[in-house]
Amino acid sequence: MSDRELRVSKIRNGTVIDHVSGGQALNVLSILGIDGSEGLGVSIVMNVPSAQLGKKDVVKVEDRELSQSEVDVLSLIAPEATINIIRDYEVTKKTRVDQPETVTGILSCPNHNCITNGGEPVETKFSIVPDGVRCAYCGTIIRDSIAEHIDTE
Amino acid sequence: MRKEHLITATQLSRADIEAVLDRAAEIDADPSAWAEKYETAVLALCFFEPSTRTKMSFDTAMKRLGGTTTDMGGVESSSVKKGESLADTMRVVEGYADAIVLRHPSEGAAQLASEFVDVPVINAGDGAGQHPSQTLLDLYTIREHTGLDDLSIGIMGDLKYGRTVHSLANALTNFDVRQHFISPESLRLPRSVRFDLHESGAQLREHTELDSVLPELDVLYVTRIQRERFPDESEYRAVAGEYRIDAKTLEDGKSDLAVMHPLPRVDEIAPDVDTLEQAQYFEQAHNGIPVRMALLDELLGGVPQ
Ligand SMILES: Nc1ncnc2c1ncn2[C@@H]1O[C@H](COP(=O)(O)OP(=O)(O)O)[C@@H](O)[C@H]1O
Ligand SMILES: [Zn+2]
Repeated sequence: MSDRELRVSKIRNGTVIDHVSGGQALNVLSILGIDGSEGLGVSIVMNVPSAQLGKKDVVKVEDRELSQSEVDVLSLIAPEATINIIRDYEVTKKTRVDQPETVTGILSCPNHNCITNGGEPVETKFSIVPDGVRCAYCGTIIRDSIAEHIDTE
Repeated sequence: MRKEHLITATQLSRADIEAVLDRAAEIDADPSAWAEKYETAVLALCFFEPSTRTKMSFDTAMKRLGGTTTDMGGVESSSVKKGESLADTMRVVEGYADAIVLRHPSEGAAQLASEFVDVPVINAGDGAGQHPSQTLLDLYTIREHTGLDDLSIGIMGDLKYGRTVHSLANALTNFDVRQHFISPESLRLPRSVRFDLHESGAQLREHTELDSVLPELDVLYVTRIQRERFPDESEYRAVAGEYRIDAKTLEDGKSDLAVMHPLPRVDEIAPDVDTLEQAQYFEQAHNGIPVRMALLDELLGGVPQ
């Protein structure tokens, strides 16, 4: 990325999530459970041109290095995302998101009659199926707009 | 079988099913030989939704194995009314019993229960989800009547919310069975069930009318279409009327067709069918006892006596 396109200033330490599907940056933060109240420096760029994706978002989180398992759930909404760990202004590690086998506690089940919506002491759990996710309790499959089911509580 | 629990029919392999059915046949042939097998066993009956036959048949099955049952009673009289979670109820009941039979109005309830206890949980119906012990007795009935391979079955009625339908369809994929699903458009099999059926390579077709497919069926499994599933009375009546059978309907079917129903029926099978050879639904209900005895034997096997 050229400096012309680097719309926010460089961070010293932290994580840059690049190549996020255009428009999904806020969902990325929501999945990561980052809402600003932690006091972390967060900057996002949305819908900037990308050769690969047409339009992409970029999310930068200062002073926090995200683990692979944390970022893997991003594959649900940003399958092309690249994760850059920044140390002392330099990219020290670059990985892709991998599809996890299950997603725990992030999505809520759209089936209102599902036991996970009944105030029970459990986290939701979804397994990954071809082009979607499936509730491990009631079996409901979510195919479209998975981001709408992110539990924002 | 994953010996711990029976939650969904998708967990059952052909070998699991055959083991239970073979055992059920053994029990059926000589029930008295089993009368003292589980003398110290206690089965908890936790029905968060009304039930007559499933509950009675588990109760009877446990007692015929020499054991006893302890009944949570109706939801109205229980701690659930005071707002206790299912997870807590299960953890408490676990201390009273060697196995738990659970019926609950929410899908996934039995799965959840099984995560909180160490004793076997049997799903006796979770909302519009699954009802696998019913399936075992359905399969037993089909095997006794027709055999379980090279079979054409028609499953008719409320396929969307019918938990007995979901479990039966899943389990039948273990056998060489052509499955025909007959329902109004609005009550088709849910996506999740169709997904499982396709995954396991089921031979299935969906129809909106019985007529065209009836002549080739060996088994016709009828279920009730409930009034609550429709926005208004007239729509319900128009639709439900199409999926009713009587003696006249069956004239177009094979003479050795087996007509089955998980019961209770309302008017989807006319009383004039009851006296015909084809009517298997009462036999089917009776099979609940040996089959559930066999299932309990499978799940309690190894309980220290
Ligand atoms: N110190 C930094 N502070 C903020 N963003 C950075 C920093 N270093 C790199 N980036 C951003 O991280 C992403 C990956 O950087 P880089 O590996 O240099 O580019 P690319 O992946 O496009 O080859 C880009 O979006 C870049 O703008
Ligand atoms: Zn669910």
